Amino acid sequence: MQIDRRLFIHFDWTLLGVALVIASIGILNLYSATATMEMSGTPLYLKQVFWLLLGLTVMVTIAFIQYRFYSDFAYLIYFVALFLLIIVLGYGIITSGAQRWLKIGPFSFQPSEFVKISLILALAKFFHRPPERKDYSLKHLPLPFLLLFLPMALILKQPDLGTAIILLLVFFSILIFVKIRWSSLLTIGLTGAAAVPLLWGFLKEYQKRRILTFFNPDLDPLGAGYHLIQSKIAIGSGGIMGKGFMKGTQCKLGFLPEQQTDFIFSALGEEWGLIGSLFVIGLYFVLIFWGLRIAVQAKDRFGAILAFGVVAMLFWHVFINIGMVLGIMPVVGIPLPLLSYGGSFMISTLIGIGLLLSVSMRRYLF
Amino acid sequence: MMELNTQRMEDFKGIYKYLVIFIGLAFFLIFIRLWSLQVLKGSDLRRLSENNCIRLRENPADRGMLLDRNGRILAHNRPSYEVYLVPEDLKVNPGVVMEVARLLNIPPEEIEERLRTQKRRAPFKPVKIKSDIKWNELVLLESNRVHLPGLIVDVRPRRAYDYGELASHLIGYLGEIDENELKQAKEATYRMGALIGKYGVEYRWENDLRGVDGGRQIEVDALGREIRPLGTVEPFPGNNLILTIDLDLQQTAEEAFQDKNGALIAMDPKTGHILAMVSKPSFPPDIFARNILQEEWKSLVENPHHPLQNKGIQGQYPAGSVFKIVTAIAGLESGMITPNTQFNCTGAFHYGNRDFRCWKQGGHGAISLHRAIVESCDVYFYQVGLKVGVDLIAQYANEFGLGKVIGISLPHEKSGTVPSSSWKKKRFGVPWYSGETLSFSVGQGYLNATPLQLLMLISGVANGGKQYLPQVVERVENIYGEKLKEYPPVELRRANVSEKTFQMIQEALRGAVNDPHGTGWTCSLKEVKVAGKTGTAQVIRLPENFKRGDMNRVPLKFRDHAWFAAYAPFEDPKISIAVLVEHGGFGASAAAPIAKKVIAKYLNVEPSSPVKAKETENDLDHAD
Repeated sequence: MQIDRRLFIHFDWTLLGVALVIASIGILNLYSATATMEMSGTPLYLKQVFWLLLGLTVMVTIAFIQYRFYSDFAYLIYFVALFLLIIVLGYGIITSGAQRWLKIGPFSFQPSEFVKISLILALAKFFHRPPERKDYSLKHLPLPFLLLFLPMALILKQPDLGTAIILLLVFFSILIFVKIRWSSLLTIGLTGAAAVPLLWGFLKEYQKRRILTFFNPDLDPLGAGYHLIQSKIAIGSGGIMGKGFMKGTQCKLGFLPEQQTDFIFSALGEEWGLIGSLFVIGLYFVLIFWGLRIAVQAKDRFGAILAFGVVAMLFWHVFINIGMVLGIMPVVGIPLPLLSYGGSFMISTLIGIGLLLSVSMRRYLF
Repeated sequence: MMELNTQRMEDFKGIYKYLVIFIGLAFFLIFIRLWSLQVLKGSDLRRLSENNCIRLRENPADRGMLLDRNGRILAHNRPSYEVYLVPEDLKVNPGVVMEVARLLNIPPEEIEERLRTQKRRAPFKPVKIKSDIKWNELVLLESNRVHLPGLIVDVRPRRAYDYGELASHLIGYLGEIDENELKQAKEATYRMGALIGKYGVEYRWENDLRGVDGGRQIEVDALGREIRPLGTVEPFPGNNLILTIDLDLQQTAEEAFQDKNGALIAMDPKTGHILAMVSKPSFPPDIFARNILQEEWKSLVENPHHPLQNKGIQGQYPAGSVFKIVTAIAGLESGMITPNTQFNCTGAFHYGNRDFRCWKQGGHGAISLHRAIVESCDVYFYQVGLKVGVDLIAQYANEFGLGKVIGISLPHEKSGTVPSSSWKKKRFGVPWYSGETLSFSVGQGYLNATPLQLLMLISGVANGGKQYLPQVVERVENIYGEKLKEYPPVELRRANVSEKTFQMIQEALRGAVNDPHGTGWTCSLKEVKVAGKTGTAQVIRLPENFKRGDMNRVPLKFRDHAWFAAYAPFEDPKISIAVLVEHGGFGASAAAPIAKKVIAKYLNVEPSSPVKAKETENDLDHAD
């Protein structure tokens, strides 16, 4: 493939730089947080380095491919991802009560991670034609809703509430971005609100309890409530300056069930204090704003919606995860981009950033 | 390639400033919260972190009880005092281990060993040092509690089986959850070290029996002593199971075995409810719940009589003469014989170049079907078998459920074997020899059945072909006594056999117990008519000149197994029963008297026999 020389000139070094800095901090943090874990085989942080390098390769490849290519194959990619979700329900591995993983050779991966990207692509494809009038209304929306509900139902079946919530939030973010009539949004909101008590009746007792615990962890003082209080103790005990690299105690003692994934920010807060936490949060802030600017400056609608979808995905992950470990968001299992351990998540995040790069470096090209 | 839509891009410009405000607010919110935790509450939280003050204490739920059909308790929970140490708290006061060891009178090395071997333990999780301590030990520990930081004494429910080994195979046992079970548990959450049903009803109804564990989140001081609870979850007890078995009947059945090995299952043929289920030797069901001693485990696993096996559903034995019921039905239904068909028994049947013998030396003479069943004539059935052929007999055996798993809700049920010509071709690659049909038609050779399968056979005959799924649990109730689940009778199949044939067979089975020369006379009762069939399952082939009366001189492990399958009362069957006595010799002398005691108990009649002439007794003691 012929690569335009101008692509290099316009390559978005800022975006790449910010992402690399966050990911590097992530590796260091993971090294410290898992230092005392008794594990056989390769240490987690080394595995994470491998995933990061693999992800960066994928990211760069994706960035240099003209993103119109993704537009042509958006629906195909969507159906492949959907198919993998169906496979996972039939043949997936069960770990801690949920069936989320597909095993291929020595690797296992979570198809639900790639579904997030594929949904964004499919929605960008659908909305890339502007509405006939100035905004979209309900009659345009059956297909987008179908695009959302199919993967969402399959993911809830696993069950993986966190990812399902991300899909929902990304979906509505995109609707607002492409301009949906406010009255339509209101109708959807009211219908949704009316359906909640109805659906509630179908849930089993333990499922209801689980959902209530998301919103009020104190209902489960032995599980979520306990983890949350330990997370708050960890972060709070870091104070302004932090306890120092490798000096954290709370997270290393294994009080937290997912010290390397969902609760990784607690380790950061404990060892690096307010200063370190604000630095990382600041980097996320830059990443998200940079992405938002890429979206509004894109040269076409597909690129804009695609970029915005990725930004929405990153934002909701960051906001819900950090909000959760700080105790202001429900305790749902949502990992923190570039900081949490996990191969599939690392790669899907970097695919997203690769798409942002692709849109960004082509905004001056016609 | 898609067309570019560069127009209408200004749509996105409009929303941009709202998005900026929204995202800015979200990040500001996070900043405020971070400030509050790390700056405002920072020193408080730091103190909590230094002492590791917030801890969890478990409070496991009571397991559901097991009750007999009349509500008598077979398994329940009793309180047990358990001693724990928190390893993290011991670092400050290493002397505690010595002191606790002294008070409990156990070597300190043993405690150290236990503390060390607890791998992958959550931090500050107490390690169990001794369970079920005595009252005086409890008093000693409690009065010294203040000087022993890191020590916890807690009451825990402990599974108790008041009747010891009674029905241990049906009840099953508990054991510590293993890695695999932890992974597989989908809805229920188990903690490490939890006890989980491993066998029997305890295993199959695990989800009903286990309750929801509770616990407390507590704040402790620097010495690890509880200051105050922060959150409590009350445990919720598991559901109770009302079993189908009758405690009195079960006790009678267990006692009837004395020191013999084998199995007994009694059932209500019209509902499929199991009334008693015995497998001998048995085991004490609580041993796996406590820390089982190495020697105890070894003696159970290496015992040649397999005490851990439920022989009623896991033991597979040649069906012996009980199988003549099937051969007779196949003969009648195929039209190869009629009730009046006669064969001559001279004590042996020459076929090929071999003599196939009848159990009765000298033979039965000219004999028809009724008497052939009553007196269990082998030669008669050799000839019926030859006429009908292996495959048709196999078809009728399958019709009654032999050769496949019945589907009782207990683990590890075996299927047994019903041979056929195609089975043999597949299994051994050689054709069926008609000589083998002779062995097959009297229940020897390749044929294998579990006691449950012969129980299903006799119940089917008693019921005119109808067979019900054998069930061990009647209903599930919660602790308030509300019925949660019920297990109504399930009709499994109806054997495709005519009513006339059944009548003929039933009459013959009654005769086998009640007629003057019936082989099952040791099960006859004064007040009710019992119908049944004896059987002897060969363990090894005996030399041709061997007298069957010499069985007592054969080493025990080579002696034949004794069978008896019966139902009563004849007119309106209320109980069906299958008894197998391993290496017991003859059905009549070993198995039938056991069945008699159980039937008499259940029907509430005197277990005495009508008077019998002495000489027939001796003769029939060795009947097949």
